[in-house]
Amino acid sequence: MDFSALRNLISRYCTGEENWVDSRTVYIGHREPPPGTEAYIPQRFPDNRIVSSKYTFWNFVPKNLFEQFRRVANFYFLIIFLVQLIIDTPTSPVTSGLPLFFVITVTAIKQGYEDWLRHKADNAVNQCPVHIIQHGKVVRKQSRKLRVGDVVLVKEDETFPSDLILLSTSRDDGTCFVTTASLDGESSHKTYYAVQDTKSFNTEKEVDMLRATIECEQPQPDLYKFVGRINIYQDRDEPIARPLGSENLLLRGATLKNTEFVYAVAIYTGMESKMALNYQSKSQKRSAVEKSMNAFLVVYLCILISKALINTTLKYVWQSNPNRDEPWYNGKTDHERQRHVMIRAFTDFLAFMVLFNYIIPVSMYVTVEMQKFLGSYFITWDDEMFDEELGEGALVNTSDLNEELGQVEYVFTDKTGTLTENNMEFIECCVDGHVYVPHAICNGQILSGSSGIDMIDSSPGPDGKEREELFFRALCLCHTVQVKEEETVDGIKRGIHQGKATSFYISSSPDEVALVEGMKRLGFTYLRLKDNHMEILNREDEVERFELLEVLNFDSVRRRMSVIVRSSSGHLYLFCKGADSSIFPRVISGKVDRVRARVEHNAVEGLRTLCVAYKALSQEEYHNMCQLLDSAKLALQDRDRKLAEAYDLIERDLVLLGATAVEDRLQEKAADTIESLHKAGMKVWVLTGDKMETAAATCYASKLFRRSTQILELTTKRTEEQSLHDVLFELGRTVLRQHDSLTHDTFSGLSSEFQDYGLIIDGATLSAVMKPAQDDSSGNYREIFLEICRNCSAVLCCRMAPLQKAQIVKLIKASKEHPITLAVGDGANDVSMILEAHVGIGIMGKEGRQAARNSDYAIPKFKHLKKMLLVHGHYYYIRIAELVQYFFYKNVCFIFPQFLYQFFCGFSQQPLYDTAYLTLYNISFTSLPILLYSLIEQHISMDILKRDPSLYRDIAKNCLLRWRIFIYWTFLGLFDSMVFFFGAYFLFDNTTFTSNGQIFGNWTFGTLVFTVLVFTVTLKLALDTHYWTWINHFVVWGSLLFYVVFSLLWGGVIWPFLNYQRMYYVFVQMLSSGPAWLGIGLLVIISLLPDVLKKVLCRALWPTSTERIQTKRKCLTVEQSTIFMLSQTSSSLSF
Amino acid sequence: MMASSYSTKEEDGHQSGAPGPGGGVNAKSRKPDNTAFKQQRLPAWQPILTAGTVLPAFFIIGLLFIPIGIGLYVTSNNIKEYEIDYTGVDMSSPCFNCSQNYSWNSTKPCRCSVSFSLDQPFESNVFMYYGLSNYYQNHRRYVKSRDDSQLNGNLNALKDPSKECEPYRMNDGLPIAPCGAIANSLFNDTLELYYNDPNGTKTLIKLVKTGIAWWTDKHVKFRNPVGDGSNLSAVFQGTTKPVNWQKYVYQLDSDPDNNGFINEDLIVWMRTAALPTFRKLYRIIEKQGDATPTLPRGNYTLLVTYNYPVRSFEGRKRMILSTISWMGGKNPFLGIAYITVGSVCFFLGVVLLIIHHKYGSRSNNADISS
Repeated sequence: MDFSALRNLISRYCTGEENWVDSRTVYIGHREPPPGTEAYIPQRFPDNRIVSSKYTFWNFVPKNLFEQFRRVANFYFLIIFLVQLIIDTPTSPVTSGLPLFFVITVTAIKQGYEDWLRHKADNAVNQCPVHIIQHGKVVRKQSRKLRVGDVVLVKEDETFPSDLILLSTSRDDGTCFVTTASLDGESSHKTYYAVQDTKSFNTEKEVDMLRATIECEQPQPDLYKFVGRINIYQDRDEPIARPLGSENLLLRGATLKNTEFVYAVAIYTGMESKMALNYQSKSQKRSAVEKSMNAFLVVYLCILISKALINTTLKYVWQSNPNRDEPWYNGKTDHERQRHVMIRAFTDFLAFMVLFNYIIPVSMYVTVEMQKFLGSYFITWDDEMFDEELGEGALVNTSDLNEELGQVEYVFTDKTGTLTENNMEFIECCVDGHVYVPHAICNGQILSGSSGIDMIDSSPGPDGKEREELFFRALCLCHTVQVKEEETVDGIKRGIHQGKATSFYISSSPDEVALVEGMKRLGFTYLRLKDNHMEILNREDEVERFELLEVLNFDSVRRRMSVIVRSSSGHLYLFCKGADSSIFPRVISGKVDRVRARVEHNAVEGLRTLCVAYKALSQEEYHNMCQLLDSAKLALQDRDRKLAEAYDLIERDLVLLGATAVEDRLQEKAADTIESLHKAGMKVWVLTGDKMETAAATCYASKLFRRSTQILELTTKRTEEQSLHDVLFELGRTVLRQHDSLTHDTFSGLSSEFQDYGLIIDGATLSAVMKPAQDDSSGNYREIFLEICRNCSAVLCCRMAPLQKAQIVKLIKASKEHPITLAVGDGANDVSMILEAHVGIGIMGKEGRQAARNSDYAIPKFKHLKKMLLVHGHYYYIRIAELVQYFFYKNVCFIFPQFLYQFFCGFSQQPLYDTAYLTLYNISFTSLPILLYSLIEQHISMDILKRDPSLYRDIAKNCLLRWRIFIYWTFLGLFDSMVFFFGAYFLFDNTTFTSNGQIFGNWTFGTLVFTVLVFTVTLKLALDTHYWTWINHFVVWGSLLFYVVFSLLWGGVIWPFLNYQRMYYVFVQMLSSGPAWLGIGLLVIISLLPDVLKKVLCRALWPTSTERIQTKRKCLTVEQSTIFMLSQTSSSLSF
Repeated sequence: MMASSYSTKEEDGHQSGAPGPGGGVNAKSRKPDNTAFKQQRLPAWQPILTAGTVLPAFFIIGLLFIPIGIGLYVTSNNIKEYEIDYTGVDMSSPCFNCSQNYSWNSTKPCRCSVSFSLDQPFESNVFMYYGLSNYYQNHRRYVKSRDDSQLNGNLNALKDPSKECEPYRMNDGLPIAPCGAIANSLFNDTLELYYNDPNGTKTLIKLVKTGIAWWTDKHVKFRNPVGDGSNLSAVFQGTTKPVNWQKYVYQLDSDPDNNGFINEDLIVWMRTAALPTFRKLYRIIEKQGDATPTLPRGNYTLLVTYNYPVRSFEGRKRMILSTISWMGGKNPFLGIAYITVGSVCFFLGVVLLIIHHKYGSRSNNADISS
């Protein structure tokens, strides 16, 4: 690599070459170019091995362990474990080692398995055979042995083994068809072109003769961008240089279609191929819940450290009396005595840390991960989010954000394909003001709407007739639609006109398909592109042939496309079609006013409009254009800019022909969904590239704006009249006045009806607002703009570039409330916004799979967003909130008695519970009920959640994980643990409670506390459960039963592998005493009492709307279930 | 306890999203299973805690707990218990001298006798406890200082006790049996009880020294090592006594079933107490016949062979005589707690009833009207 850089440097200065940042030279077939051209410097390129795996067999253990212990939590537990190993600690290292080992092993197995799968996939890819031309023969090799510069033979339906430059194809015209379905999901066939000078090579021998080099840029991940040049050496002449663009580059992963074979040369191999470069993982998004969890963890870490510090201090205060430190009955070893007091104090501190470390449980991380992973399956399983047409349900790309779906405050949605079907239907066209409606959709409404305007039957005169036909031909020619012909069994290809079932149009833009199909209905059928000639079947069933000379492709900046064709009579035409805003300024004649009026009328109706214009070219003009284009295309540097300039020069001085209108119907239930999202307290923003009128019409149709909504406009039209500054301040004042009166109203209770605002802003104004602060005032704009937006219930941003969409999301994300944002879109232009938002949702749309692949969740239709947020999001949020709070609660209950016990055992770090209990508490006794709860809890039924979106407001702003509630849970835990400990204390207080007078020891004391603990904690969860399926019953009662059975077993046998038998028969002896039973029952009830009381009182006195709904539903069903309730009561009594 | 409504949700997964005819065979295979579990529509009992529904529970708890509490309280009060401190802290107390001049090596035991009188006769079996205060049997260093395998009769452990027993593991190069701090500090006061007949004679009351340890401890957990002969001293050959003991472990009792590691006094002591103030069962005074109470009213003398020093760590020694009911010894806590909780629940029930009537109906009405 260094050599090539050096060479570039030299060549740049010596020969005055264009400024390449970095480039590579590929020698086709590894043959040196003829001497005298350039020195042959072999460059080193990576081989064609794809490595997506992370580990190898050898480095798996160390690398995986390193990766895992980089997580703070794992590291913490490792430290605790090591401390236990090194110093003499109260609990055996097993207690923390076992769970840690379990977690690490499970994770390692999971990652190992995933990596094994990746290895397998890599091997399959790397070993699949490729055909390489060597010395004029086809050689089969493994894919991984492919090198840069090899000439490859790829046959139909094969996948390209690396990024290739197309040399020649089996087709005479040097084209081939490729589907990139596995790369970006677009299943349409794309055409790629061979280099002009090589396209005639048809055999291996011929290809082997080729002497050429390819100079191209170093690999970069953009799939649609490629700049290169091929130098072909023929004889001794100067090499012929030809430009290479992305139309010559066959991407690894794409599949060859409808072409027998191609010859191509590899330029980017292995990990340098564009596909591999696109593997890069997305940045990790973290949910708000996770952030709260980490904050809580810090609090608990502080509690832990302070507990250990308090106990260490007290220990040394207490021990200052030597008779307490070392009474005669409890001597120390000499070794202990000799140790320095500071070291002793430090080890004591560590020992206390170890004793109390369970307050931060390993299992919480595992449970949270499992909850997220398993819980996300409910989304994919959801039948209601399955789309029959697509045959697909929702997809979960990351399960880390499940609960974030319940916290969304801002929804940013794309319009086309998201709110609307992106299923275009040709509605009408207008030629010089005459409106034509295809018969097929001539229903009564459209007829009446356009009455008084000439219909297709009433011909507008001979002159008009000519224009009309020109218009139709223009639409038939000016597109990039392909015809997909399906072969019948006997191999006879059928044309378009023979039936719709066997052939159809394919294009990356649905508008074009709609237009071409609309033309077909109006009598002009586009047949195919053959040998660079477009064939059209006109009304008289004659085939007209036009030679396609140039295609000036569509791009979103120009917002138009053009073709240059030569008719069979030899006339040259340039046809241009594009958005009205980009056509009208370039038109010099035609009935502009009438067309414009129609276009605006259609735009208000919510139709997508396109204008068509043409220009007749003279031979000379055409020649100039060709030169212009060629020079631009040949440029290696800044080719895009140069092309744009060339296009700009060519597409001017047009004659307006007319306009088309295509309807993009709203998606099913889009309005209902938006209404629900509004009711749920979310602000919905529509970000679209469409023009304002169309977008606004869609917004009205989708109920984003209601009739009562006052629309605030912040558009170029207004800012032209007034300065941006004035407009902003005026709008700000309007909105803020409303805001103030609103706050007054809430006091008087009249807040129910207030004016809601909708804002419309366009891209140009937005960039003016967003422009980084040059002076003081523009910094203010942003704030004012945000303030206005915050008070608008709906915002429409039109004429947005993809990057602007992301900018808006970022702006809202960074505003001072830090709201949770969600972006939903279907196209590649939404990817940036999807990646930027907290939650990105992709619609599996017609414009490829890019959005779905880059999103966190993908859904088939916009309407599924409703269930996704209102039901799944709501559920996941309450589930995980309870999970987190409960985990901290149960560990406070668990550890605080140990802390209290230190005051009664001379601060000696004596554990209250047996090792087995310490280890298994979080792993098995109390783990499953909460995991199950966090998977299937439903506090309100699904149907109610869907019917009443306002319930979503009840969980807004992370309200179940606020500090207040966290503190409540912590104090509940403290109270409960006091009850456990002091209850047992008074029960044991200097007396016996067996009927045979025998005495219990400290392990019975601990077991009693532990039993109360397990029962209380499990029953507390049971009280919180609102949805008792048989699984809940099984798991809750099952885990209690498991505890009892385990205790019986653990104490029932002298375990030979243990060096102590402290638990032998302790549990059974405890249960043999009546007061123990009475005590357990009493303590459990006392512990649960305050929580029940709090719940009942809050529900009765300050009910949330969720609770109201629950109660109401109960009231409605209470009659028929009274008997059942009574039976439940009696059964709970017996329990 | 909770109000409930049993709603079995019907499978209405198809109601939305009008299934088009386009879904082919391919689509069907990818369609999620329409099972109740996967659609989160399992039939479920959906209880809700409201004032109305917990009311009965509160009243029931109240009505149930108050009588239980009263029962427990009465039972506890009926238990007769007599406790006497014989530490000898005061100059006036009979054991003062013994507590002062104490040394482990003294061969001549120090004896003192404490007199007391029982106001009421103890009818059923009487359990005699010794109690210690400010004695940290639950100190970590102490608790773990034992070798359960040794005590279970493991011969290897007998000769090579666990490291946990340090510094009471070896003495003079010989392994200690039983090793560790707990065994070393075995309570070795001897208590004897005399009934002072009104006619002046002192009768020694028979104290039973078996049945004071857990049956499982005595028969399973603690076992003497099995040697060649039946002679315990031969089995314990090659071990030495704990430092503070005056005799070897095989000399603890003459009864072979209560000697060595299965000596019940040792077993009782080895079960470390939970709290620094504790009592341990010492002897049982069995009821002789139906006619006479086990301990009639009158004067008694407790003869103490004072061996166990507690003054150094400000400890106290007590002797407790207690009868036992089904719920154990005298402990009013449980009774009082039950009565309190019962009353609180009853009171809360009343409060909730008021709330339920005032607010419950109002909020419901508001809901329905809205």
